[in-house]
Amino acid sequence: MIGQAKPDGYTPAPNLPQSGAWLRGLREAALVRFQAMGLPQRRDEYWRYTDPTRLTVAQAATVSGAGAGAGAGGVVSAAFDAAQALQLVFTDGVFDGAASSPDLALDGVEIDHLAEACAHDLHWARDIYGQLETNGQTPVARPLAAWNTAMAAQGVLIRVRAAVLRPIQIVYQGTDMQADLILHHCIRLEEGAQLTLLETGCSGARSNHVLEVDLGDRAQFHHLRLQGEDAVAARVTHIFAQLGCDSHMRSFTLSADGALIRNEAVIEMLGADASAHIAGAALGKGRVHHDDTIFVTHGAPNCESRQVFKKVLRDGAVGVFQGKILVRPVAQKTDGYQISQALLLDDDAQFLAKPELEIYADDVKCSHGSTTGALDETALFYLRSRGVGLVQAQALLVLAFLAEVLEEIEDRDLAALVQTQLEMWLDRQQTL
Amino acid sequence: MLEIKNLHVKLEEEDKVILRGVDLKIGAGEVHAIMGPNGSGKSTTSYVLAGRDGYEVTDGTVLLDGEDLLAMEPEERAAAGVFLAFQYPVEIPGVGNMTFLRTALNAQRKARGEPEMSAGDFLKLVREKAKTLKIDADMLKRPVNVGFSGGEKKRNEILQMAILEPKLCILDETDSGLDVDAMKLVSEGVNALRDAGRSFLVITHYQRLLDHIKPDVVHIMAHGRIIKTGGPELALEVENNGYADLLAEVAG
Ligand SMILES: Nc1ncnc2c1ncn2[C@@H]1O[C@H](COP(=O)(O)OP(=O)(O)O)[C@@H](O)[C@H]1O
Ligand SMILES: [Mg+2]
Repeated sequence: MIGQAKPDGYTPAPNLPQSGAWLRGLREAALVRFQAMGLPQRRDEYWRYTDPTRLTVAQAATVSGAGAGAGAGGVVSAAFDAAQALQLVFTDGVFDGAASSPDLALDGVEIDHLAEACAHDLHWARDIYGQLETNGQTPVARPLAAWNTAMAAQGVLIRVRAAVLRPIQIVYQGTDMQADLILHHCIRLEEGAQLTLLETGCSGARSNHVLEVDLGDRAQFHHLRLQGEDAVAARVTHIFAQLGCDSHMRSFTLSADGALIRNEAVIEMLGADASAHIAGAALGKGRVHHDDTIFVTHGAPNCESRQVFKKVLRDGAVGVFQGKILVRPVAQKTDGYQISQALLLDDDAQFLAKPELEIYADDVKCSHGSTTGALDETALFYLRSRGVGLVQAQALLVLAFLAEVLEEIEDRDLAALVQTQLEMWLDRQQTL
Repeated sequence: MLEIKNLHVKLEEEDKVILRGVDLKIGAGEVHAIMGPNGSGKSTTSYVLAGRDGYEVTDGTVLLDGEDLLAMEPEERAAAGVFLAFQYPVEIPGVGNMTFLRTALNAQRKARGEPEMSAGDFLKLVREKAKTLKIDADMLKRPVNVGFSGGEKKRNEILQMAILEPKLCILDETDSGLDVDAMKLVSEGVNALRDAGRSFLVITHYQRLLDHIKPDVVHIMAHGRIIKTGGPELALEVENNGYADLLAEVAG
């Protein structure tokens, strides 16, 4: 396979995948960016809570035995079956047409594969591929995303011109637990277009995903992601999104267990009256490290943003939330909100939060908060005194804690499917 | 039904003794009232019966129908028929009142080896009981006790009691914070549950409640002990003279 990175990836001078004219320059420029930034270091401002060597050093990704940990609990790709999405399946990081929906046609939607489109001389994605990532490199460097832009040979390029009701689902699956996977997706919603994108599953020992999303005026993008089935892998994801006037983005991620997950979202509202809601629920037990690093920029007036993150942690699990709202001078009438909360089910779990506001406009409304707490003992006793067993009472309170973040999913049917995943996770915690 | 013998309780975390030898025996179908000054140990008695953490029983026994209540987890006590109507009902944001009621009822039935109640039967049961307590659909939909007024919270406690049909109902100052109408609703709710097989322990400061819920026996608690036991007239005596005379009598 062309240019698929080996597990000892992140070499300073790799061979770039073969590219047609539209892509070659973009990949070369990304490699130059990557080389200039170097790999992330623990001393970097946004890597203090998460050890980057677990993502960048090869031995961290080695796994004993094929399939180790895969599918053992955790969220499952079947979670969204009821949504009857059009499925694009990547097996061990490579598009798998046979496993995907037989007919990939959807009215108003163009779906290309990076693996094929890369050979062309021209492609609409040239204005997006690596471009949104480049914009997202300031003021905070994201070298692993630049590496992805340079090296990715797989991914989908989706252009939407209509309000599409049927969701598109990208499924990651595989059996090669040594694989080092790089995927890069670009999505362009034209003026007034609508799309729901689902992402489920994980594969490989190590993965690096980038999703670039360009929303035209009045476009609406819903994104739901379930990740973390595996107990051994290290994953980094980046979402780079730019929003036009009156466009709306909703992104929700459920991270259940897994080993190391770093999710970065870099969202910039460039047109007036846009809104971006980025939310996540994380459930971690044991040697689990979940990191959400969010950067929302208000670059136009009268935009609204929300960041809502809730983590349930126990048995040594670590949760990290780094969330920033940047309000540029033009962005008057900004409404920005950010909340991160952790429920620690025992004394071994840990939550590290770094909320930040940077505001250069004067007529804005911004608030942020972060809390860490244990289960409410009084509520627990109240439930038990009514006959509810300890484990069930704890599960009820955990679901109650997460209820607010599930509210962030606008489609109630999809929210119910996510709720089912949460309940299944709690059911598996026999000794909660 | 309930037999408390020489119950001594201290706080787990501190060397503070709260109950200093409580003796109390309630027969099936009886209604007992406990009155007493603030801080005398009434709520502690109710919490220890329900199994709350934080208290250490240093001496004494509690038997419910001959079984060692103190050895059971709170949920086991509930399944065995103990119900405490809290002095301060707890708010549980994010858990709907209906979900709470159904989960509790079915958990108890399961623990007793009975089948779960069907969704339809449950809905019918709740609607019927809620109606007599003037609990509207909105209160049933909201999270448990969240945004409820003091009176609504107390009525919600009685609703739970009516649905769970316990053997031993402990009411801790259920009358406090109730206006006359709410007091009537609550007492009617309690009286409707009176039964030859069901006993009540009613903790209160006021004769008012005992006018509605007629007790068979009245106990006065002070400094962690039952200092006097008598008939309903004892409650009237307290109402008229306060506790000072009784306390002096015991001290003297
Ligand atoms: N958890 C606790 N922590 C500290 N003090 C307590 C606790 N529970 C009870 N007490 C103390 O024990 C005494 C009895 O309290 P309580 O049982 O609530 O009395 P009553 O209900 O009769 O007013 C009081 O002095 C009270 O302050
Ligand atoms: Mg009290």
